[in-house]
Amino acid sequence: MTTDQTRSWAGAIDCDVHPRVPSIDVLRRYMDSYWSETVVVRGVDEFATIAYPKNAPLTARPDYAQDKADQDAGRTAKALLDPHGFGHAILNCLYAVQMIRDEHMAAAFARAVNDWVRHEWLDRDPRFRASIVVPYQSIDKAVAEVERCAEDKRFVQALFIAGTEEPLGKSRFWPIYEACERHGLTIGIHAGSSYHHAVTGSGWPSYWAEDYAASSLAMHAQVGSLVMEGVFLKYPKLKAVMIESGVTWLPPFLWRLNKFWRGTRMETPWIDRLPSEIVKDHIRLTTAPFDAPDEPGMLARIIDQLPSEDMLLFASDFPHWQNDGDAMLPPGIDSVLRKKILIDNPLATYPRLTIS
Amino acid sequence: MARHVVARVDEIAPGGRKCITVDGRGVIVFNVKGEFYALSETCPHKGGSLAKGIITGLVESDAPGDYQHTRQGEIVRCPWHQWEFDIKTGRSYCDPRRMRLMKFDVKVEHGANLVEGPYVAETFKVEVEDDYVVVEV
Repeated sequence: MTTDQTRSWAGAIDCDVHPRVPSIDVLRRYMDSYWSETVVVRGVDEFATIAYPKNAPLTARPDYAQDKADQDAGRTAKALLDPHGFGHAILNCLYAVQMIRDEHMAAAFARAVNDWVRHEWLDRDPRFRASIVVPYQSIDKAVAEVERCAEDKRFVQALFIAGTEEPLGKSRFWPIYEACERHGLTIGIHAGSSYHHAVTGSGWPSYWAEDYAASSLAMHAQVGSLVMEGVFLKYPKLKAVMIESGVTWLPPFLWRLNKFWRGTRMETPWIDRLPSEIVKDHIRLTTAPFDAPDEPGMLARIIDQLPSEDMLLFASDFPHWQNDGDAMLPPGIDSVLRKKILIDNPLATYPRLTIS
Repeated sequence: MARHVVARVDEIAPGGRKCITVDGRGVIVFNVKGEFYALSETCPHKGGSLAKGIITGLVESDAPGDYQHTRQGEIVRCPWHQWEFDIKTGRSYCDPRRMRLMKFDVKVEHGANLVEGPYVAETFKVEVEDDYVVVEV
């Protein structure tokens, strides 16, 4: 921990922290008797995706992996929040609920994950906040789960995984957004996939590095869909956070989106201003990983290309191995912008942070 | 500025247009429901010619899925990138303040008024009994 004020992390709001479900038995405690028994009878050991295979190097920083810091609220607080003095951390549990085909089972697991997070994380440390894991295999069940969890103000966001079966702007998802807007919940779209189809538009990659490096492509699709389908016109208070897919892909994508809008805007006449203006008001990006070049001067130029520096939200991506020590932001961010990224922007993005 | 007789009124039917060159400048005269409008021919974006751009209505919207289609025949799209221009003002839809076509004054004059006046009509024999489109460039 540094004492240099310009490098202080005090009060920072970490917008992407991953609690890991230690075992399926933990979740069974939060299931009704049918699902608890079913897990055993069917011999379900675990739902895990290829997103973060247990032994892949990026899955957990070595120091975090050693004592399984991500499996326990106290250990996460000790490893991450205490040393840096974070004000809040938003928990995005990546248990593979979105992968489950059976919508009833998906809803049961979503409930279990959310209740596990509530009782074993939120109740144990007032600094934690969380995303609602949403079983959007069924829109009705997704809305019901948002409504159920929204009563607890410590849930600040509804979580989606970027690789959906249909782009998230489609109107079938709108009832979820209606509920989120009404409750002041942000929607978070995290890298990864339901794995119901290939993770790239060109089919399955062979290697983890290809998969991970291409994960921003799903974000392109989701930003384009949310904007062009008119989600933010229908739900003007809604914000969407693109989590864990870098930052620098956005300006060139917006350049193209603006360009094509000029010539084809009659297909989407409800978009009556540049798409990048809508993105500026409604889309946010977390800063881990920050796919920035090494030279600090270049970083400033890239940030200049974003529609607004209000779009950047600090994230450690704990326990994923994005950095070492406390190098959680790239060099070249001045103290004014640093404070915005660490505190002001997250507060403006998550209205429930201040009411809970 | 000079006034140029560019067409006989019955040459340009409603919905039609005529491309002319006035002092070396490409100008298009549109007939929108009997009213004449003249705009510069070249798209300010990349220089496409609006002579061949399709003429459409304007679509606006209050909500996703809502299409309010009005002002049929009042929009011309550049054939290159499909940018829309309002024939009545020359302004583009996507960037109306910066991206616009030059607009020229157009009048319909009776031939009797033209034969004596200081008008440029190199390519026309102006007949006293006909009506003419006059563009000020």
